[in-house]
Amino acid sequence: MSTADIKLNPVEVEKLKAACAELNNEPGELINALHKAQSLFGYLPAEVQEIIAEEMNVPVAKVYGVVTFYSFFTMTPKGKHPISICTGTACYVRGADKVVEEFKKKLNLEVGETSEDGKFSLSCLRCVGACGLAPVVMVGEKVYGRVSPDGVAEILEEYAD
Amino acid sequence: MEFVNLIIDKKPVKVKKGTTVLHAAKEAGIDIPTLCYMKLDDVGIENKPGGCRICVVECKGRKNLAPSCATEATEGMEITTNSMRVLNARRTVMELILSDHPSDCLVCAKSGNCELQDMAHKLGVRDIPFKGEQSTYKEDFSPSIIRDMDKCIMCRRCEMMCNKVQTVGALWAINRGFESVVSPAFEMDLEKSTCTYCGQCVAVCPTAALTEVDHTKNIIRALADPNKTVVVQAAPAVRAALGEEFGMEPGTLVTGKMAAALRALGFNSVFDTDFSADLTIMEEGTELLGRLQKHLDGDKTVKLPMLTSCCPGWVNFFEKQFPDMLDIPSTARSPQQMFGSIAKTYYADKIGVKREDMVVVSVMPCLAKKYECQRDEFKVDGNPDVDYSISTRELADLIKGANIDFNKLPDEDFDDPLGESTGAGVIFGATGGVIEAACRTAYEVFTKKKLEKVDFEQLRGMEGIRSATIDFDGLPIKIGIAHGLGNARKLLEDIRAGKSEYHAIEIMACPGGCIGGGGQPLHHGDSSILKARTAAIYREDANKPIRKSHENPSIVKLYKEFLGEPCGEKSHKLLHTHYFDQNKK
Ligand code: SF4
Ligand code: SF4
Ligand code: SF4
Repeated sequence: MSTADIKLNPVEVEKLKAACAELNNEPGELINALHKAQSLFGYLPAEVQEIIAEEMNVPVAKVYGVVTFYSFFTMTPKGKHPISICTGTACYVRGADKVVEEFKKKLNLEVGETSEDGKFSLSCLRCVGACGLAPVVMVGEKVYGRVSPDGVAEILEEYAD
Repeated sequence: MEFVNLIIDKKPVKVKKGTTVLHAAKEAGIDIPTLCYMKLDDVGIENKPGGCRICVVECKGRKNLAPSCATEATEGMEITTNSMRVLNARRTVMELILSDHPSDCLVCAKSGNCELQDMAHKLGVRDIPFKGEQSTYKEDFSPSIIRDMDKCIMCRRCEMMCNKVQTVGALWAINRGFESVVSPAFEMDLEKSTCTYCGQCVAVCPTAALTEVDHTKNIIRALADPNKTVVVQAAPAVRAALGEEFGMEPGTLVTGKMAAALRALGFNSVFDTDFSADLTIMEEGTELLGRLQKHLDGDKTVKLPMLTSCCPGWVNFFEKQFPDMLDIPSTARSPQQMFGSIAKTYYADKIGVKREDMVVVSVMPCLAKKYECQRDEFKVDGNPDVDYSISTRELADLIKGANIDFNKLPDEDFDDPLGESTGAGVIFGATGGVIEAACRTAYEVFTKKKLEKVDFEQLRGMEGIRSATIDFDGLPIKIGIAHGLGNARKLLEDIRAGKSEYHAIEIMACPGGCIGGGGQPLHHGDSSILKARTAAIYREDANKPIRKSHENPSIVKLYKEFLGEPCGEKSHKLLHTHYFDQNKK
């Protein structure tokens, strides 16, 4: 039944188990356990979901159900440079959707995907609280404000190594 | 007890506090239509996700219509269940559901027995005004069950059965909105999941999203082949339910008509799984007494309690979820497999037919049996002991397809020798029956005394977990019974923790036992049907001239002519098996 084929870092696995224990391995805390796991691993591969199922005493089918229900959980690893575009109201009104389209075109990626070389991943965020700078794009920790579709190429340029 | 008074469709109604509007209406004789809702009283099963919104009603003072299955009746409420607004809303909800449902009714496996189709008809839907994209999903074929999620309406009944009742956890709702379906983890095939093939999800699915794998065509082909000798066995629970498919009252026994119908279909020999149920008692009972004697003699290596092993849904459950306990169940094969093994050796020799020219068909209340007969342990050089297993529903389809007027058939008998059975074999069909049958034989063998009263009423009933102590002439034998895998899990966890005091435990995967199996005529949420079938099983037992397995003359002869001793060398080869950790496959 196991689908495990990715090797997980054992140190992180232990941290995850400890985090589950901190939640008293309570089935009702499943969502919190998933949040913990996503911050530890950056995403939620099948192997991680299986560990959580075991630790939190819930069927793995339910874990997968919850992961696929909420858009903030992801099963795809983030790229080396994760690109997040804010699509909160302020950014949206100021044309964030066109910025998203431009990134999609330039990178040949859909939202939620990671490029094959693992370099970039694309995601949308709800308001990041920097509405004054709308539309806002983040690459890793770095924030770009007032991004227009024309500025997309320039941003990507910075990460061409 | 507190009561509330309310008005439903102008009728005053008084109900217990906490009752839903849906049930309050029912008490007043008003049937509010439902789709996702389902309740099985006697087995304590209720599904009320409040999701489909077919059961909406108007509630005076509230702006929005309320789903009656999820709305509590309160003092002074005024409910209307059939206003123009309500009827229009229901129809619109149905039109929306149908706009994302394939219009396959003409060729659909569920046509004529589909709750969605019935409800669309009842609500007077004549057109689907909402046209748009339909969600599509890959079909998933397992040895027992087909999942076609294009037909899923997200009632989540299957999820409830698989998780709450069975605690198997194979299915859960995934994704959201338009994309949502019920699926195993990571959208893996059911075959790779923790599924036991108990078929309880199929038994409650209102549409053809979950159906059984159809083997009727293979059987028609085998029957048409002049070079094949086709023999059939019918399980105990089938005779207590088959009549429902032909409009008879639930609980009508159709043993004789069923035998006549099988003969009319062209089977060369019409046999009875009750016969091999008697054989199971000989083997399982002997095994139990052997373990018990060793235990009494102080042998610490012997494991007790012994668990029954005739339910393949249950076998899958412990092989997948309790792989550390594979040595606890009896090694006796199920009656279906014992029958196949004996038919293709003893009987084939008797009539001079080669193994490969014989086709063994089983009619079962069960979907797990389709998987069971394909297991490698039950094959000889690749040839299975049981070639095809069909459900009670599939047998009804075969009979209808062959233009046989079932209701007008005369009562006929099974053929000899694998058609002779006792009342002990019959009660295998109901929860508690296997262990009662075992007690009838084990008592007489162990005490060497005649059992005066063969009815062990203390072992019967619908409660999920039951226990009783049977007096074996001074030796108290503790018996446990569980039906439904969630109940089985509780007994297993006690054993694992060393807390179990039982000597023997019977486990059946399906609520009610095989009479409530995944292959039976659909109960559509009416639990009185399960009770009526159970009563029929015990009626058949009471009417049998012989009611103890070891007194079955054909069984006595089988041991004398062929097998030798119960649990002897030949029996071990032909009638016993071993279990695997299915996680290691
Ligand atoms: S057959 Fe039984 S175990 Fe398998 S998915 Fe259905 S309810 Fe769950
Ligand atoms: S598969 Fe059937 S029972 Fe399960 S949610 Fe879909 S329609 Fe309901
Ligand atoms: S209880 Fe009967 S019908 Fe249900 S899985 Fe077991 S053998 Fe099959």
